[in-house]
Amino acid sequence: MGSSSSSSYMRNIPQAQVLIHETGFSAAHLLRLYERFQFLDKGSTGELRAQDFTAIPSLALNPIGDRIIGSFFPPGQEKLDFPSFVRIMAHFRPTDPNRSRDGTQLEPVNSRNKKLRFAFQLYDQNGDGNISRAELLQVLRAMLGVQVPEEQLQSIAERAIQEADLDKDNVISFDEFRKSLEKVNIDQLMSIRFLK
Amino acid sequence: MEDFWAFSLWAVRIWLYLVISLIMIPAMFGFSLGISETYMTILVKTLEWATLKIQRAKTEERTLNMSASNSLILRENGSMEKELEELRRSRPKSSVGGDFTFSDCFYFTRRGIESIVEDEVTQRFTSEELVSWNLLTRTNNHFQYISLKLTLVYCLGIFIRYCILTPLRLTLACIGLSWLVIGTTAVGFLPHSSAKSWLSEWVHVICYRICARGLSATIHYHNRENIPKKGGICVANHTSPIDIVILCNDACYAMVGQVHGGLMGLLQRAMVRSCPHVWFERAEMKDRHLVTKRLKDHVNDKTKLPILIFPEGTCVNNTSVMMFKKGSFEIGATIYPVAIKYDPKFGDAFWNSSKYSMVSYLLRMMTSWALVCNVWYLPAMHQQEGEDAVQFANRVKSAIAHQGGLVDLQWDGGLKRAKVKETFKEQQQKKYSSMVVGDDSNSD
Repeated sequence: MGSSSSSSYMRNIPQAQVLIHETGFSAAHLLRLYERFQFLDKGSTGELRAQDFTAIPSLALNPIGDRIIGSFFPPGQEKLDFPSFVRIMAHFRPTDPNRSRDGTQLEPVNSRNKKLRFAFQLYDQNGDGNISRAELLQVLRAMLGVQVPEEQLQSIAERAIQEADLDKDNVISFDEFRKSLEKVNIDQLMSIRFLK
Repeated sequence: MEDFWAFSLWAVRIWLYLVISLIMIPAMFGFSLGISETYMTILVKTLEWATLKIQRAKTEERTLNMSASNSLILRENGSMEKELEELRRSRPKSSVGGDFTFSDCFYFTRRGIESIVEDEVTQRFTSEELVSWNLLTRTNNHFQYISLKLTLVYCLGIFIRYCILTPLRLTLACIGLSWLVIGTTAVGFLPHSSAKSWLSEWVHVICYRICARGLSATIHYHNRENIPKKGGICVANHTSPIDIVILCNDACYAMVGQVHGGLMGLLQRAMVRSCPHVWFERAEMKDRHLVTKRLKDHVNDKTKLPILIFPEGTCVNNTSVMMFKKGSFEIGATIYPVAIKYDPKFGDAFWNSSKYSMVSYLLRMMTSWALVCNVWYLPAMHQQEGEDAVQFANRVKSAIAHQGGLVDLQWDGGLKRAKVKETFKEQQQKKYSSMVVGDDSNSD
């Protein structure tokens, strides 16, 4: 490319400085995300719609692709602007190892807790804070398609709930969800590593 | 007033004489006066100088680092199996409750977010990003004023391209196309004979050569001993309609395509008068058996020219080769693969049909620096025993991708416009279900 100057190009990006401060993305990464945002925004409207996401083939064939797309659009909202896009993508930044545990600081958006919350809301579609058996069955059906018969699906769901449900109320709360994944390396599994 | 008209008429005449003698006659007879070579050498030197200047300026100030490979994120290349296996290590296996963990969704979520940030398909339908700016306004993404000299060269470039080269190229293109129509129609009046086919080939090649000069095309042919022969099918990767001009400069092919109206239709009707091409009506294209039969008939007639087909079915941006449609590989003829690779420094040849119409695309081509491409003729391939059409198509595709230095993708070029098929999603679900419930052979 021709030579570029970060400050002049950043001017085009909405709320650039705020986003860099809030999400921890570097200026270079924010620029690349903005270019990708514009690329997906085929009509150059400045906002993305669900169909702009489904146009990505590898996302369309992802078994939970619809849910992932859904997490970008809060209920009732059909359009996604760039700052909201970045705030959600920020969940997938690798956790910063050197961040000081200062109680007064706001929890960073890519903390382990926040990543777990993101995964939790993929299951908990109605947002009531609990994963019910019905919701779990829905996810399993999405991920397994027609490959598995109904009874087997039920027994898989049954086992999963029994193992994780500690207070025996037949739903999985966020705390139970978190406890069941104590040993899992969330940072590695739910992070995207940007190249320098 | 009259003097003015007389003068301009005289100027136009001189211009035409120059064009004919310096460009058309050499093009027609296949020799070169060295004018385009000189132009190319100057152009290459200028672009190299510009690149150096830009790079020097880049290192002086702190800039955003753009990687030439275009890759934004680091992808874990672990497969679904490997990653989900790890999550299950600590759990006892149960034949009843399956093998599902809440963390399974992490794998799919991450993959999904990765594709949102960067995916290997959608980027193939836009122009390739250049490593270094080539002084064209259209590829200028992050230009910042560097030096007076560079800006002067850039402005000089604009003047040369738009005021000198474009009228020249337009003249040549018009002449080339009109000669094609007139020449082929004239040849069409002759009775069937070897003289007729020889003449028809000669007319075709001349006109395509003139058209190629009309785009300032510099083409390097490699391995010409593998040139497609009669009775075979030539397949090539598709970047733009200009591929036809590029290939027909060297040999004669029978074209396959839909009947169009307007100027294209005129060309098609004229061309078919002098030698047989295969043009389909729109309705006929839907009938696969009919298409296969007509192609077979053409191929079996050993006097007819080799058919030229682009199995990708759509234009791709010349960084990769997409899935080849199996239709042409079911006919049972000898396949002559050809790899075409354009050099993006001198002009972007990719036709982004959703962004540009044919006319604006051609104008863009004529206002680029030049068109430089390499054509490799690959050895003929036949369908082997026990190999079905799809496998054969993939084999040919890999050979072309390998030769041209392109990425070999399994994705369908039709994804440019259509959605991905449900069957692909089912493949993912099948893979995952074998991890959760296991294959039948595993359960007891």
